[in-house]
Amino acid sequence: MKVNCTNEGKFHIIAIEGDLDASSSILLDTVLEEAIEQQKHYILIDCLGLNYISSPGIGVLTSRLDDCEKNNTTIVLFSVSEKVFNVFNILGLDQLLPIKKNKEDAKSFSDGI
Amino acid sequence: MQNHFQMEYSIAVSCRTHNLQKVRKFVENILNSLLISPMDSNLVLVAIDELCANLMLHSHYQTPSDLIEVKIREEEDGMFIFEVHDTAVEGFDPSIYEPSSIQDIIKNKSAGGMGLMLVKKIMDSIHFERKGQKNICRVCKTIKKPDIELS
Repeated sequence: MKVNCTNEGKFHIIAIEGDLDASSSILLDTVLEEAIEQQKHYILIDCLGLNYISSPGIGVLTSRLDDCEKNNTTIVLFSVSEKVFNVFNILGLDQLLPIKKNKEDAKSFSDGI
Repeated sequence: MQNHFQMEYSIAVSCRTHNLQKVRKFVENILNSLLISPMDSNLVLVAIDELCANLMLHSHYQTPSDLIEVKIREEEDGMFIFEVHDTAVEGFDPSIYEPSSIQDIIKNKSAGGMGLMLVKKIMDSIHFERKGQKNICRVCKTIKKPDIELS
């Protein structure tokens, strides 16, 4: 799995490529922790290249929700494939984690909070 | 001639989480060859991955010399049977594990329990048995195949 971080104005974009599973989730956890520590308040996770996700990967995202709320940080996922969305859906997380169609929608959503 | 209902497919990997991808590829190839849709196939991959990851991390502590084996067979009624075999001294029975609610898991900042929650939601049944030195976790799911028109 690869993770690539870029900034677009106030938005911090983390693009994930490959499989997010028990062996690779630590990498996303480190990147996300750094972003929150660096006071990035608008974190957008680009899932276009995310081929697969299992519970450790989902856990990385959900375990940061509390920190984000305390820091006034929003995490928004976008460009999630149908099969990855299906896994979020089974857990009922599609109602708890903002998931948007594309980057523009994710930015608009973050702006509106 | 042997038909595919009598076939059993299997793979053995050492207990390192980087081998999860190898297990998923194996399961995916079998399900593809049996005409299972990518959506159904992906959910099964998640369930098998979660069972294997649990064993690798919590029963075998990623000991490279320990092996787990995944077996797949299809019954004639469209039921797929997946078995995960390992030889940890204390086997873990996922069928009796009751995961917390997703809200509690989020509140506790942990992914623990989420994996088994997925397995229970995805698969139709979970059965565990200890046979000699072996732990066998058997999960089953009936998967509808797309209708194929015969010309």
